[in-house]
Amino acid sequence: MPTTLELQQIASQVRRDIVRMVHAVQSGHPGGSLGCADYLTALYFQLMDHKPANFTQEAKNEDVFILSNGHISPVLYSVLARSGYFPVSELATFRKINTRLQGHPTTHDGLPGVRIASGSLGQGLSVGVGVALAKKLDKDDHIVYVNMGDGELQEGQNWEAIMYAGSHGLNNIIASVDYNKQQIDGTVVDIMGFSELRSKFEAFNWLVLEMNGNDMQDILDTNAKAKAMRDQNKPIVILMSTEMGAGVDFMMGSHEWHGIAPNDQQLAAALAQLPETQGDY
Amino acid sequence: MQALEILGNNDTRSGFGAGLLEAGKQNSQVVALCADLTGSLKMDAFKKEFPERFFQMGIAEANMIGAAAGLATAGKIPFTGTFANFSTGRVYDQIRQSVAYSGKNVKICASHAGVTLGEDGATHQILEDLGMMKMLPHMVVINPCDYNQTKAATIAIANYEGPCYLRFGRPKVPIFTAPDQIFEIGKAVTIYEGADVSIFCTGHLVWKSVLAAQALAERGISAEVINIHTIKPLDEKAVLDSVRKTRCVVTAEEHMYNGGLGDSICQLLARNFPLPVEMVGVNDSFGESGTPDELMAKYKLDTVDVIAAAEKAISRK
Repeated sequence: MPTTLELQQIASQVRRDIVRMVHAVQSGHPGGSLGCADYLTALYFQLMDHKPANFTQEAKNEDVFILSNGHISPVLYSVLARSGYFPVSELATFRKINTRLQGHPTTHDGLPGVRIASGSLGQGLSVGVGVALAKKLDKDDHIVYVNMGDGELQEGQNWEAIMYAGSHGLNNIIASVDYNKQQIDGTVVDIMGFSELRSKFEAFNWLVLEMNGNDMQDILDTNAKAKAMRDQNKPIVILMSTEMGAGVDFMMGSHEWHGIAPNDQQLAAALAQLPETQGDY
Repeated sequence: MQALEILGNNDTRSGFGAGLLEAGKQNSQVVALCADLTGSLKMDAFKKEFPERFFQMGIAEANMIGAAAGLATAGKIPFTGTFANFSTGRVYDQIRQSVAYSGKNVKICASHAGVTLGEDGATHQILEDLGMMKMLPHMVVINPCDYNQTKAATIAIANYEGPCYLRFGRPKVPIFTAPDQIFEIGKAVTIYEGADVSIFCTGHLVWKSVLAAQALAERGISAEVINIHTIKPLDEKAVLDSVRKTRCVVTAEEHMYNGGLGDSICQLLARNFPLPVEMVGVNDSFGESGTPDELMAKYKLDTVDVIAAAEKAISRK
């Protein structure tokens, strides 16, 4: 089991992968990817019980992660490769012709680690509900993790899934909301604002936790709490405060790096802030 | 020409309900999801027999399709049930991304298709569903003609690995296919052999085409009637073999011209063997309230329309 420090070091490498992948094709979504780098590192390197070397769609007797906000594919691809689902060298094919690492994640090309296509927003939690129902039927007590963006919660389908999971007490779902308060056109609160999310989830019979998604120790502590709450027989959501662009100073503090790529100079400036801990691909 | 024996009268949705129950008995991985229309979809028997494998999803079709994709991911064989309109147009992007593009083994089962839904009117009478579903890569699209065939098709899609759209309807219609038939996905069924015109028909228009062929025979016209229960993949060989003999075509369906069976047949013929084609279908129009029979007459989806189309197609040879 890696230490908190080791997880932070892995997350630094994941961030290097993200900016290098996006820079190489001058497209992709670095902001949200960087913001979620710590949480996905924690999930894939410590929190989840999963089988990178023996990937199956069915995921019998293992935890499942579903990325609903598929545009942050760089961070997913990095943690999948770094945790052993496919060769790290394949990160160099991101968004290039004939790649398995499509702009948004897909099962279509057989990339290990991906169980559903996402990108058109708002669909992942429903898929998570289905996997959770199947695990209940199969008496498999493993957890279904689903990550959503905060802007993504503007899609109505999420609330259908939230209502269903709450009313059916799906305590094998631990959802997370990447609460960075930014979306493409500006701040979430300006565009279709919710000043807070806790009461909304609670009204639908969910248990709500809050954490700093860029603080590794808080991520580990909060997830331990979440697992301990499963006996209350409700789905759990973690409202995860993150900084879009976290780890790269000039990408933080606004929505501007949601979907643009760094140029050569900016790449160098970013990499200078991110120690290479696992070896670049 | 032999008249076909009518074995009974029932709705195709009841064939689906019976097939779902049977598929559930044959395979414990079969599960069913319904969006608050359990009775209308005739899913009660499955629900009663397998309560733990039946999921009432409420009036939330988008979530139902996504949950079905999740169940399929975990190895289940989910059947979703609601009206055809809410099974397709309402959830097109969910089907596109979470089911079709993701390659999930989900069976989208759609009742009350077409104008024969009747009195509820155009909000519920979808005439575009075959087109939407057949445009999705690798989606299998099936529109059986009677109770027995719908039951057999339901069992068949449970045994097929991949996304399927199964379309059926509300009104009671004659049962004229065998109760013990084996349903072969993608294999057209020739009902009458004929020499003068090929009638390619699907769904409720199959029986009307049978009646039309009988009436045409009395006028000395030999019509070949082929039931295209699988719109996609289309049985291209059956179509081309037939038209090489008859040299003119009628297509008949309870669907818009655009996107329907006729559209598929015309594409095939244009590429391979251009011939006169007359289409029985709906021409760029919504439906309306009325009885199923009244609507089939008003929207020119009736036996007389198939007869007229056959005569016109022959005259254009």
